[in-house]
Amino acid sequence: MSKHPAKEKTSSIREVFPAACGVSLHRPLFLSGVSAGFPSPADDYLDRKLDLNEHLIKNPAATFFVRVAGDSMIGAGINDNDILVVDRSLEPCSGAIVIAVINGELTVKRLLKGKDSCRLIAENSDYPDLEIDEETPLEIWGVATYAIHSL
Amino acid sequence: MPFTASEMFGLIDCNNFYASCERLFRPDLMNRPVVVLSNNDGCIIARSNEAKALGIGMGTPYFKQEPLIRKNKVAVFSSNYPLYGDISQRVMDVLMSLEPDVEVYSIDEAFIRLPAGKHCDLKNHMRFLKATVQKHTGIPVSIGLGPTKTLAKIANRFAKKDPSAAGIFVITGEQHLDDLLATVNISDIWGIGRRHAARLKKRSIHTALELKNCADTWIRKQLTVTGLRTVMELRGIPCISLEKAAVAKKSICTSRSFGRTVRTLADLQEAVATYTTQAACKLRHEGLRTTVVDVFIRTNSFQKDEPQYCNRRTFTLSAPSSHTATLIKVALRSLKAIYRPGYSYQKAGVLLNGLVPENYEQLRLFDAPTPHATSLMEAVDQINRRWGRDTIQAAAAGLAKKWRFRQMKKSPAYTTCWAELPSVKASFPESFSVA
Repeated sequence: MSKHPAKEKTSSIREVFPAACGVSLHRPLFLSGVSAGFPSPADDYLDRKLDLNEHLIKNPAATFFVRVAGDSMIGAGINDNDILVVDRSLEPCSGAIVIAVINGELTVKRLLKGKDSCRLIAENSDYPDLEIDEETPLEIWGVATYAIHSL
Repeated sequence: MPFTASEMFGLIDCNNFYASCERLFRPDLMNRPVVVLSNNDGCIIARSNEAKALGIGMGTPYFKQEPLIRKNKVAVFSSNYPLYGDISQRVMDVLMSLEPDVEVYSIDEAFIRLPAGKHCDLKNHMRFLKATVQKHTGIPVSIGLGPTKTLAKIANRFAKKDPSAAGIFVITGEQHLDDLLATVNISDIWGIGRRHAARLKKRSIHTALELKNCADTWIRKQLTVTGLRTVMELRGIPCISLEKAAVAKKSICTSRSFGRTVRTLADLQEAVATYTTQAACKLRHEGLRTTVVDVFIRTNSFQKDEPQYCNRRTFTLSAPSSHTATLIKVALRSLKAIYRPGYSYQKAGVLLNGLVPENYEQLRLFDAPTPHATSLMEAVDQINRRWGRDTIQAAAAGLAKKWRFRQMKKSPAYTTCWAELPSVKASFPESFSVA
């Protein structure tokens, strides 16, 4: 999972966190009661578990998940069948991966804003860019913030 | 003259909410007429503006409108409550993040309370609210603002009806108000029911303005104190406050029309057990227990040539319960008592009454409380929450559920099911001409 992976040239892992999902599943450590023993020295230092939602979702009410169909964004690290985290509350700035409405369909593209026009570009040389001018109204549905794909 | 009120009330109403939800992930439907059908695909319960313009009536049977719908390529959807519920929650969350005093009034309406201010400031603030809800959730809303809740409701009607209002209407001045109220039919006033409206019309009170100018004692006699409160509110005197805490439920009812008529006891038993399961789950969700279980069945009264039958049976439990198996047992016993063979049943229902909070238990002399039943139900609810409704259910509720209502045109659970996420295209749009 990475934000705008195309911009990141390195692939080294900087930090590793233990993962936890939103629904906690409690399991007893011992099935039979243990009456004596050495108390865990970590007890006083127990921290909360990390919640991936917290990291990926800044504005839950405005965040939607969508599934990618096609390979036109492969260069941006977005593969066919990936899940995108889409935040509708963000302003689409130039360079952002956006969900745009093209011919009545939700379409994922990179938005490049020029002086008085803008372009929606694919991240795959097999697909042409779309030039947007005043005559073609552009509706941005939301801004993609993360791509989730299995490795 | 402006009102002297120090507070204003706003009503935020989602425009054609169900139709707007259906459009959210289907931008191709943006300017097309859209209708949503009731639970059994029976009646039209929501219409986009385009569908309203075609003359498709609210609550009209679907089959009657079918020729019109086909001719105009109207998009038709079965009701998708998981989707509407999720989007509603998002709209309310956005409002609550922007406004401190919000009352969720229904799935698609919320009241807000805010300090009074200059007309243009209030209007600007409402523009900001409307734009933010639209941007974050994709749902268009209309906002009416007034010195009372009743006037906020009326303002909302103007926000929707008057195209120059652009979805926002603020009532501040009193002079301005009388002109407005003269155009409002009394049956469109919040809190004036159909019967009261008919009675007032007989006394030749037709508009909100006429009602507003009636004498208090007369109103009180005609409409009781509740009606007087409404009239005070029309005069700009707030009498109905913002209710932020949800009102505790007094009863829970689960009833549905069948997808096809049901004749056998076995099918009815399955349906009643299923409805009881749903009602019991709601009960636990609200932290309540029930003391009275009411079961009813009826045939289709529109089918005049068929023999008609309807009956209900009430059972009072010895102790309040929210335990599914206990409730199913008594519900099925009642069903068996009222079932008569030889009829085509169209609807069954379970009504739970006499609800008490679950921590409010009257201990009994002979049987001890059953904590294991409570933890069993907790476990079942948790599993069903996590893995989907009906992952675990009582065997009595059946698996085939052949009687279940029809939902032929349901859209995906876009926001509540991983397998049904909206799809975004990452391929060449065929019909797009490249510049």
